[in-house]
Amino acid sequence: MSASVQTDWKVIAFRLKGEEYALPVQHVRSIEKMQPITRVPGTARYVKGVINLRGVVTPIIDLRERFGFAPEPYGEQTRMIIVTLGDVEVGLIVDAANDVLDIPASSIEPPPEAIGAVEAAYIYGVAKMERRLLILLDLAKVLDQ
Amino acid sequence: MDMNQYLDIFIDESKEHLQTINERLLELEQTPDDMALVNEIFRSAHTLKGMSATMGFEDLANLTHQLENVLDGIRNRQLIVTPELLDVVFQAVDHLEAMIMSIASGGDGKRDVSETVEQLKRIEQGGMPDKQTAGEKPPLEHAYGEFEYHVLQQAKEQGFSVYEIRIRLREDCLLKAARVYMVFELLSEAGEIVKSTPPSDMLEEEQFGQEFLVTVVSKTPADELRTRLMGISEIDGVEIAAVTVNEPTAKSGEQAASELPASTAFEQAAAAQAEAETVEKQAAKQAGKTIRVNIERLDMLMNLFEELVVDRGRLEQISRDLNHAELTETVERMSRISSDLQTIILNMRMVPVETVFNRFPRMVRQLARELGKKVRLDIIGAETELDRTVIDEIGDPLVHLIRNALDHGIEAPDARAACGKPEEGTVKLRAYHSGNHVFIEIEDDGAGISREKVLQKAIARGIVSPEAAAHLTDQQVYGLIFAPGFSTADHISDISGRGVGLDVVKSTIESLGGAVTVDSQPGKGSLFSIQLPLTLSIISVLLVQIAAETYAIPLSSIMETALVRKEEIFSAHNQPVIDFRGKVVPLVRLKDVFSVPDASDEGDTVAAVIVRKGEKLAALAVDSFIGQQEVVLKSLGNYLSSVFAISGATILGDGRVALIIDCNALVK
Repeated sequence: MSASVQTDWKVIAFRLKGEEYALPVQHVRSIEKMQPITRVPGTARYVKGVINLRGVVTPIIDLRERFGFAPEPYGEQTRMIIVTLGDVEVGLIVDAANDVLDIPASSIEPPPEAIGAVEAAYIYGVAKMERRLLILLDLAKVLDQ
Repeated sequence: MDMNQYLDIFIDESKEHLQTINERLLELEQTPDDMALVNEIFRSAHTLKGMSATMGFEDLANLTHQLENVLDGIRNRQLIVTPELLDVVFQAVDHLEAMIMSIASGGDGKRDVSETVEQLKRIEQGGMPDKQTAGEKPPLEHAYGEFEYHVLQQAKEQGFSVYEIRIRLREDCLLKAARVYMVFELLSEAGEIVKSTPPSDMLEEEQFGQEFLVTVVSKTPADELRTRLMGISEIDGVEIAAVTVNEPTAKSGEQAASELPASTAFEQAAAAQAEAETVEKQAAKQAGKTIRVNIERLDMLMNLFEELVVDRGRLEQISRDLNHAELTETVERMSRISSDLQTIILNMRMVPVETVFNRFPRMVRQLARELGKKVRLDIIGAETELDRTVIDEIGDPLVHLIRNALDHGIEAPDARAACGKPEEGTVKLRAYHSGNHVFIEIEDDGAGISREKVLQKAIARGIVSPEAAAHLTDQQVYGLIFAPGFSTADHISDISGRGVGLDVVKSTIESLGGAVTVDSQPGKGSLFSIQLPLTLSIISVLLVQIAAETYAIPLSSIMETALVRKEEIFSAHNQPVIDFRGKVVPLVRLKDVFSVPDASDEGDTVAAVIVRKGEKLAALAVDSFIGQQEVVLKSLGNYLSSVFAISGATILGDGRVALIIDCNALVK
């Protein structure tokens, strides 16, 4: 991700615990509605299990729990964002996802010491878009186990 | 032009051509007179040369070019197929293979092949490889085809003399082609040139050393010819020999003799063309009409198809609920079609074991020559099909077992003769289907395995205790050779015993879900038998229920299922155990191992699945059995690379994922 500092970003924006986050669109395969998840025993608490994504068994991570937030029941707006990084394909559970945005590179700033409760370790930077503040996630670190 | 996009095709096709060359060369060794084989080899080599030149792999193109020259010599009956000649040709093919492997792994395909090229050149000029010492001249003799023979005969009848003239150019000759031209010019003035070695087009391209040979019919005396030829500058020497015309090598001379030379030539050309055509047709027939498909695409097709199957299940449910005749009929039709489709998709992944077996004849030939043994390899059932994933893995274990059979199994010819066996040993490589499995067997008629020797070694290496050894059956003793660090060879040879033992063979095969056994009769031979699942992607499982969760247990590790009453569960060292046919077997509660939520305590009876890992057993306690099913094995994805006691997942009829239990992890 660090290579893309100069270029503008096209991102998928999603909501998590009242904040707005973003992931580069090239890592996003699809956005899915919630479906039955099969629990996989002996994995980290934030790994909710696996789903059948059009024939491919895909692991699902609850992003709230990954960031150490309290889990909330899933609702009508809850989505799974299927992301790929190298040969890893994972679904991320988020509160809602509905926006595709262009972020000029110039509006991206390094992460402040603390944004909400998310550790700065998972964050690539923040972008100010008029009145919105987008938190750009570092997917490699989110998926790092 | 960017060649990278063609690289994969180039590599695939090159491998195919090399395979053809290898196979046909082996056949040629058996039937050295079969020119159809030579033609086929020549065509493959020629295509390979063209392709590699286009792709810019110069070394590859050069070596194939040289190989082609030798093949052409054989084709024109200027060279005779001998094991020594084939050794060099095989060596060249080995180099080609190494170059293509280098290209396939991202290298530049460069390799020092000058020695082989030199040897090929020497052969091409009529010399035999290795045997030829410096200064010794190859025999001054042409082999004549039928047509040439008749021309020479007729010439003689008409009072012409037939000469074979060897012309040697000076080492520093600059324009060899020009000198050749002058020689030809002079000779055609004095008579008729019947034949030249190498052929004239190669002479024109300067593809020869310092010497060449021509056959001329002429009325000019030999001495005069010599003087005239020596008159051409840069000619070092001229040898002239009168030719006594012998019967041609092909025996059907008489029948053709009545015909005019011209028509004979015409018919021969036509026959040759027809022959070439039939060979081509045969080759085409053999290959069938195929296309290459990336295995990932097949996986994708399979995944999508499974989705379809899931929807089919839903449709069937709906049509049953609605009870609408037309809908039911349509859904039934769809179900039938889709199950046919499923079979086809699965079959697309099946590859004949031939693709693995076909490298062995070459290997056996070479090994036998290296070891000084006489070995025949019989391949039976090469058309047996196996899943692509299994095929990819099975090659190395087989190489090992075949090497083993040649090195330790088959005895030297004199030792065999002393035992009253034929000097030539036989190794049989056999593949066949049986039930849901494929068996691959390697059988040799060699010395067999010495029970005593195996036991001595095993005891010396601490693999078994002397007390335990006394009670082992023959089978169990032979099985010891698969133990790590075991080798029956008294001294390590170059062929086997390079520190990689049969234990690697065993573990590779077991990792494929297969098994390997060995049987032997001292003095009669040994039989290694490998049992493999037909495919790794489809397995039979028993679906079980634990609270609200469904798990799949592979049938291959299940001994049987049992219902155990609560009072039959005992405790040993805090480990619940059951008595299973007089054996104490630990009871593993899956709901504890997998921390299944909302799991209640079992009732009066426990459903138990008895599983085994080698000799060890365990009883897995579940809530209930759902039933047996064939499922498609899937990985959990790269993110969840290793989960304890879970070997993968599968998608059930309702679209949900069920996890497959790895029994090996649960049996201690």
